[in-house]
Amino acid sequence: MNSSIWPYIGKRLLLMFPVLLGLTVIVFFIMALIPGDPALAILGAFATPENVAQLNTQLGLDKTIVEQYFTWLGNVLQGDFGRSYRQNRAVLDIVTERFNATLILAGTALVLCSIFGILVGIISAIRQYGWTDKILTFVVLIGISTPAFWLGLLLIMLFAVQLRWLPASGMYAVYGGGDLLDLIRHLILPASTLAFIATGVIARLTRASMLEVLRQDYIRTARAKGLSEHRVVYRHAFKAALVSIVPVIGIQAGFVLGGAVYIETVFQWPGIGSMLVNAISTRDLLLVQGGVLFVAAAYVVFNLIADVVQVLLDPRVTS
Amino acid sequence: MTTTAVSTPIIPKRSGRAGPLKLLFRNQLAAFGLIMLLLILLLVLITPWLPLPDPDATALSKRLLPIFSEGHWLGTDQLGRDMLSRILWGTRVSLAVGITATLVAASIGSLIGLLAGYFGGYLDGTLMRGIDMLMAFPYILLALAIVAVLGPGLMNALYAIAIVNIPFFARNVRGVVVTLRNREFVDAARLSGKGDVRILVSEILPNVMPVIVITMSTTVGWMILETAGLSFLGLGAQPPQADLGSILGEGRRLIINAPHVATIPGLVIFILVMSINLLGDGVRDALDPRLKAGALHRPAARTKAMPEAKAAVVGQQKGLLEVRALRTEFHVGHEIHQAVNSPSFHIEPGECLGIIGESGSGKSVTAMSLLGLVASPPGVIMAGQVIYKNENLAGVSDERLRQLRGGELAYIFQDPLSTLHPLFTVGDQLVEAMRAHQRLSYRDAWQKAVQLLEQVRIPNAKERAKVYPHQLSGGMRQRVSIAMALANEPQLIIADEPTTALDVTVQAQILRLLNQLRREQNASLMFITHDFGVVAEMCDRVAVMYAGELVEIGPVKELLENPAHPYTRRLIACVPDVTKVQPQLTEIPGLPPQVNNLPVGCKFADRCDQVTDRCRQAPVELEALTDERQARCIFAREVL
Repeated sequence: MNSSIWPYIGKRLLLMFPVLLGLTVIVFFIMALIPGDPALAILGAFATPENVAQLNTQLGLDKTIVEQYFTWLGNVLQGDFGRSYRQNRAVLDIVTERFNATLILAGTALVLCSIFGILVGIISAIRQYGWTDKILTFVVLIGISTPAFWLGLLLIMLFAVQLRWLPASGMYAVYGGGDLLDLIRHLILPASTLAFIATGVIARLTRASMLEVLRQDYIRTARAKGLSEHRVVYRHAFKAALVSIVPVIGIQAGFVLGGAVYIETVFQWPGIGSMLVNAISTRDLLLVQGGVLFVAAAYVVFNLIADVVQVLLDPRVTS
Repeated sequence: MTTTAVSTPIIPKRSGRAGPLKLLFRNQLAAFGLIMLLLILLLVLITPWLPLPDPDATALSKRLLPIFSEGHWLGTDQLGRDMLSRILWGTRVSLAVGITATLVAASIGSLIGLLAGYFGGYLDGTLMRGIDMLMAFPYILLALAIVAVLGPGLMNALYAIAIVNIPFFARNVRGVVVTLRNREFVDAARLSGKGDVRILVSEILPNVMPVIVITMSTTVGWMILETAGLSFLGLGAQPPQADLGSILGEGRRLIINAPHVATIPGLVIFILVMSINLLGDGVRDALDPRLKAGALHRPAARTKAMPEAKAAVVGQQKGLLEVRALRTEFHVGHEIHQAVNSPSFHIEPGECLGIIGESGSGKSVTAMSLLGLVASPPGVIMAGQVIYKNENLAGVSDERLRQLRGGELAYIFQDPLSTLHPLFTVGDQLVEAMRAHQRLSYRDAWQKAVQLLEQVRIPNAKERAKVYPHQLSGGMRQRVSIAMALANEPQLIIADEPTTALDVTVQAQILRLLNQLRREQNASLMFITHDFGVVAEMCDRVAVMYAGELVEIGPVKELLENPAHPYTRRLIACVPDVTKVQPQLTEIPGLPPQVNNLPVGCKFADRCDQVTDRCRQAPVELEALTDERQARCIFAREVL
C-alpha cells in the first residue's frame, strides 16, 4: 500500500469536524425555530407563570440563543442529548438502542444495492443498446420510480400473507426467535425493498462510467497488449470506473439511511426511522433532534469511508 | 437566385445529428412517457366535471367494496368513499404539490446558483458552503426534520421537499454559470454598459435554461415520490384533505382484507413517476450534447469487419506483413468518412517502413486497422486484407488475434500519459503484458519487467517498477511503453507517432533507443510520423499517405533525392535544415480534403502547384516507376 495516503486520510478526518459542527448548528437552529414556548408545552396549559419561568431557567431558555447553542453542544459532546419527555428516558439511550437496527437494515441494503447496481451497470455497458441492456435499463427505471413504501406492502402481501414464506414485520420473532437466522429471515424483505429502490442510481452510474472508461486510450493499450476481453473489462475498465462509483455509493448511504424511514414504518422495524416518525407525530422534539443528528453523523462517516476507499483505488488523488 | 438553384444538383445534405425534439421523439420510451403523462394530466384536469361521487362522501353501508363493484369501479375504502373519485382528486393534489415544489426548488436553487456562479468570491463561498451543509444530511432525513419543526401538513411537506431539492439546482446552475461568466458575449454586454442584473437575466439565464430544465425533469419524479412518502407517514396531507400518499397510508392497515385500498394509489404513484422519469430521461438525453454526437458508444474488442474484408488469403504474401487494398471507414450517423482508401504495401523482416502524412491522412487509422484497434463503432473495415503468416488478420478468431496483439505484433502509441493505465504500477502493467503471452509466475515476470526497464535505460529500475505512470516524466513513460512493446520479443513493432507528445530534447533519445533495441531483437518497425527528418534518420523505405491514399512509396534515399509526387516534395521541404540558412520554413498551403466528401480526381489537386484539368477528371492510379517505387501522379514519370 502507498504510504503517502496517510496524510490525506488525516486531512480528511480533520475536515470531518467542521462538517459535524455544521450539522449540530443546523439541527439546533432548526429546532430553535419551532414556534411556541417549550416550557409551556412540557408543563401543559394549566402551568402557572412562575412554574414556566422556573422551568425556563432550568432549561437555560432565558439565555441568548448562541449561549444556548454552546451549552447544548457542550452537553451533546458529553453524550447528554436531553430526555425524551414522552418516554422519560435519556435520548442517547433510546437512539443508540434503535441505531443498531437501522445500521443493520441500511448496511445490508447498501451492500445489496452496491453489488447488484455494479453488476447490472457492467452488464448494461457491455451489452450497450442490446436487448439485455434495454431490459436492465427499464428494470432500473422501475426501481427508481417505485414508491418504497408501496413496494414494501406488495412484498408483504405476497411473501408474508399469501405465501407465508417470510415474516411480515419486526426484527425478531416474538416467540422462540432471537438468533441470527431469525434476524436474516426478518431482514430479507425490508432490506431487498430498500436495496431495489437504491440500486438504480448505482447501476446507471456504473453503466455510464464503464462506457466512459472503455473509450479511453489505455483500454486500447490493454487490447493492443493482447489481454483477453474479460480482463480488459473486469480489471482495466472496472478498476478505473470504480473510482467514480465509490463516491456515489457513499451518497447512496444517505439514501438508504433516509429511505429506512419508510421501510421501518412499513415493516415495523425497530430502528431510528420509525422512531423519528413517531417522535414527530408526538412532538417529542429532543428525540427528533438526537435521532437526526445521529443519522446525519453516520452519513458523514459513510462518506468519509467512501473517500478513503477512493484514495486507496486512485494513487493520483494524493499526489 | 432561383436560376442557380436549378443548375446545381440538389443533394440533400443528410446530417448525422438530429435536433433535440427529433431525438426526443425518436426515443420511443420517452414518447410513451409523454403520452402517459398527458393522459394523466388531462384526466385530472377534467376530474371536477366527471360524473363522480364526492370523494369525501362516506357511506358506512358500502364499506370496503372490492374493485369493479357496481357504481364503484375501484371499490370503496374503509369509510365507504368511492376510490376512483378519491384517487383522481388525490392525483390532482399530488401532481400540484410535486410540480409546485419543483418550481419553488428550481427558482430558489437557480437563483442561488446564478448569484454564486456569477459574482464568485465571498458570496460564492458562503452560499455554496450552505448548500454543502444541506447536502451533508441524508435527503429524506432533512425533509423530516423540517416537517418536524413546521408541523405535519401538506404545505409544510411541500416546503420541506422543495428545500431539500434546492442544492441540486444550485450546484448544477452554478457549474454552468462559472463557465459562462467570462465568455465574450458576457464581456461584450458588460462593456455595452448593461448592469449585472440585466446581464444575468438577458445573457446568462437563457444559457442555463437547458440545465434547469434537465434538473427539473430529473427531480420532479423524486419530489412527487417524496411528498407522497411524507403523506404516507402521516406527515403530509391531513384528513379530510387527501393525496395519493395519504390514501395509501390510510389503506396500509387493510392490506389483508381490502388490498385494493393501498395497492391502487401506489400503482398510480408508480405510473405517474415512471411516466415522468421516462420523459425526463428522454429530455436529458436530447439536451445532452455528448449523446447527440454518438460519442458514447462503447468500442468493441476489435474493429468491425465486413465479410469482404474477412476473405481468405489468395496467393503468396509478400514480406513479413502485407496490406492489400485496405479500406477503413467511419460511419457516423448517415455520414461516411473514408479514412483509409485502399493502400497496399508490405514490410520486410528487419526493415523499418515509415508511414508519413499530415494529421487526418489516415496513417494512424491504417496502423490501427492492422490489429483491429480502430474504435468500432464508428470504425468499419470495409474491404482489403492484412496478411501475416498467410492469415488474413481481419478474419482470424478472437483468440488468435489476442495472441498476436502484443505478442508477435506490438504497438507503441502516441501519448504515454493517456495510453498507460493510471491505476496500475508500471511494473504491474509490464508483468500483465508478459503473462498474457508467456507462462510465467508473477514473481518471475516482475524480475523480467525490471530487466526490461533497465534495458530501456530507466535508472533505478527496481524502484521505478513500483511507481504509477503519473509519477514519471513523459520521456520515462514512453520508455515504459517501449519496454512493454518489447516484452514478448515481437516480429513487428508498430509505433504510432511515439515522440510527438514529448519534449523535443527527449525525442531524439527515445528514437535512437527504439531503433537500437529493435535492431538488437531483429524486429521490423512500422514507424508512423509527420516528420520527414525522422524518416530520413530511421527508415529504409517510406510510404506517403494523403487523404487515406498511398501517394508514393519507395526507398527513403531515392524519395529524398528525387520525389515523384508533389506532396512528397512539399513534405520534404517542411523539414528544417540546420546546416543551411533558410529564408523561411515552407508550409503546405491549404487543408486536406474532407474525407466524407472526397473529390473524384487527384485528392491533392486543390493544393498542388502543377495542377491541370486532367488531374481532376478521373481517379489517378498508383503507378509503378521502378521495381521499388510507386507514385500516384500523372507527371511522376516526367520527374524521374
